[in-house]
Amino acid sequence: MRESIIMKIHYGTALGAVVLVAVHILYRITMMSFGDSLEYENVVANYKFVPYAIMLELILVLLSVHGFNGLRVILLELKQGKSYEKVVTYGCLASMAILIAYGSRTILMTSMGMT
Amino acid sequence: MTDPQIVEEQSSAESSSSKTVTLRMAKFNPEHDSGTQFVNFQVSYERWTTVLDAILDVKKHLDHSVAVRYSCRQASCGSCGMKINGRPRLACFTKISELNSDVITVEPMNNYPIVRDLVVDLERMFDTHKEMKPFIIREDSEITTNTKEFLQTPEQVEEYIQFANCIKCGLCNSACPTMATDSSFLGPQALTQAYRYVADNRDKGKNERLKIIDDSHGIWRCHFAGSCSQVCPKGVDPAMGIQMLRGHLLGFKK
Amino acid sequence: MKRNENKEGIKGMANPGRYGIERVSYWLMRITGLGLLAYFIGHIYETSSILSGKAAWDSMLELTQTTQGHVFLTLVIGMCVFHTANGMRLMFAHGGIGVGKPTRPDYPYLPNSQNMKNKLCIYASIGIAALAMMYGLSVLFGE
Ligand code: HEM
Ligand code: HEM
Ligand code: SF4
Ligand code: FES
Repeated sequence: MRESIIMKIHYGTALGAVVLVAVHILYRITMMSFGDSLEYENVVANYKFVPYAIMLELILVLLSVHGFNGLRVILLELKQGKSYEKVVTYGCLASMAILIAYGSRTILMTSMGMT
Repeated sequence: MTDPQIVEEQSSAESSSSKTVTLRMAKFNPEHDSGTQFVNFQVSYERWTTVLDAILDVKKHLDHSVAVRYSCRQASCGSCGMKINGRPRLACFTKISELNSDVITVEPMNNYPIVRDLVVDLERMFDTHKEMKPFIIREDSEITTNTKEFLQTPEQVEEYIQFANCIKCGLCNSACPTMATDSSFLGPQALTQAYRYVADNRDKGKNERLKIIDDSHGIWRCHFAGSCSQVCPKGVDPAMGIQMLRGHLLGFKK
Repeated sequence: MKRNENKEGIKGMANPGRYGIERVSYWLMRITGLGLLAYFIGHIYETSSILSGKAAWDSMLELTQTTQGHVFLTLVIGMCVFHTANGMRLMFAHGGIGVGKPTRPDYPYLPNSQNMKNKLCIYASIGIAALAMMYGLSVLFGE
């Protein structure tokens, strides 16, 4: 992929996440007290509320892409070399995929009531 | 009869109470030294003495072996860049009095191979500069028949003249935090020169250049830390040029 | 022969002194980005405990309900707010917006891109991050 496309994705994911993370954090403090919002039952209810679950999934994907690309950028600048850069790129891609898969498992299974 | 004014000037120079500083100089010859050694010299200076003057004073009177590169002595040739008290500066454009310090440490600039003592090898910067195709690209030319001079309005000149002020001293590449670890990065000097031509309305080579800089070690490795602009001795403001250039790639500018 | 490039290295890259507030902002952006990534990974591991039932969730929650946990969460809030606010500034700046206009250079050659607007935005990002942290502390310790 051309570097400009990757970096446009980097800025795009950040922009999308701003709004969604704001909602996610406001959920903690607007609906009920902060402590209550973390109660098991309330959290399960959140996950079962499909629009919110979709939003969580979106945050998960957007920020995994943004975060691991950010890590790739830092690592590419730290050290150079053909094989090193390959390891960094594919390592970040793989970590990204694993994190998304692991998080999606939580969201999917909880929202379907498999807890 | 002697001109009284000249006599007076000479005598005032003799009697002026010049102060002294310690010039702490890095000495290193990669051909037979294993590491850098610092040598201290006491030099006297006036309000107007530059760091280059002091180094040349040392070379003339105290240590003939000092390696230093200079030519114009007036911030025009870009030869004398070095690290002075921790920051890259032109030795000929930095007065000792403005540093407000009793010790002046001079070292070779970072992010370039050391040739000897204070002299670094700028070859890679010249190479990346050439990669940017630093010339006007277009089909016709000023000497083709039926074309005349390419006239520009003052406003059109102002779009790029600041960036054309670059003297290739390399201070910016030495201050850049990305350059500190990334030996493949194009660097602020080259990227700014790419913009110097993109911003020139006579030039038609924009797409060619954008393709060259859109690389994993190209323009995207700039994070707008601004250190390049803070050390540039000619007001080129590389950080501005780079962000404007990136504006073209991000579609903010057409 | 490849000669030693005398690169400044990680110490030079990560040293936020010597240059202006813009270099500090660069440094903070890196640190907060990495910190948030670490938190994000931990956070996803933390929430996954909900699959193992109420007891597992509650024991995971206990980790953050100590004083150190509260301080850690406050730091996360601060990092998140600074990274987001400064990130917005950078997105504009990287596109050439707000970095000043080119002029005919003249002594003393002050760079227009290191302008007050950007400096104020950096201080503001730090400021609202601090405010958010204070608010976070009041919520966390107010429970
Ligand atoms: C939601 C609001 C966010 C915004 C607006 C945002 C914006 C940005 C921007 C513009 C950059 C580029 C900085 C540069 O190139 O100098 C960046 C880098 C980065 N971001 Fe974010 N970001 C956000 C959230 C996050 C989160 C939650 C994480 C962690 C998962 C994260 C991790 C990173 C990393 C690791 C970098 C690389 C740092 C660097 O290159 O210096 N960001 N962010
Ligand atoms: C201190 C502030 C935070 C608290 C107390 C918190 C708490 C929670 C809780 C309780 C959940 C479960 C679902 C729900 O009830 O909403 C959750 C899920 C999630 N949070 Fe946060 N969160 C915080 C900050 C953040 C930040 C800053 C991010 C982004 C970087 C984030 C990203 C996520 C994601 C992606 C999920 C879904 C994870 C999954 O199920 O796999 N959270 N969070
Ligand atoms: S941009 Fe400024 S600091 Fe960089 S090489 Fe040109 S004149 Fe020197
Ligand atoms: S000697 Fe020419 S720039 Fe200093």
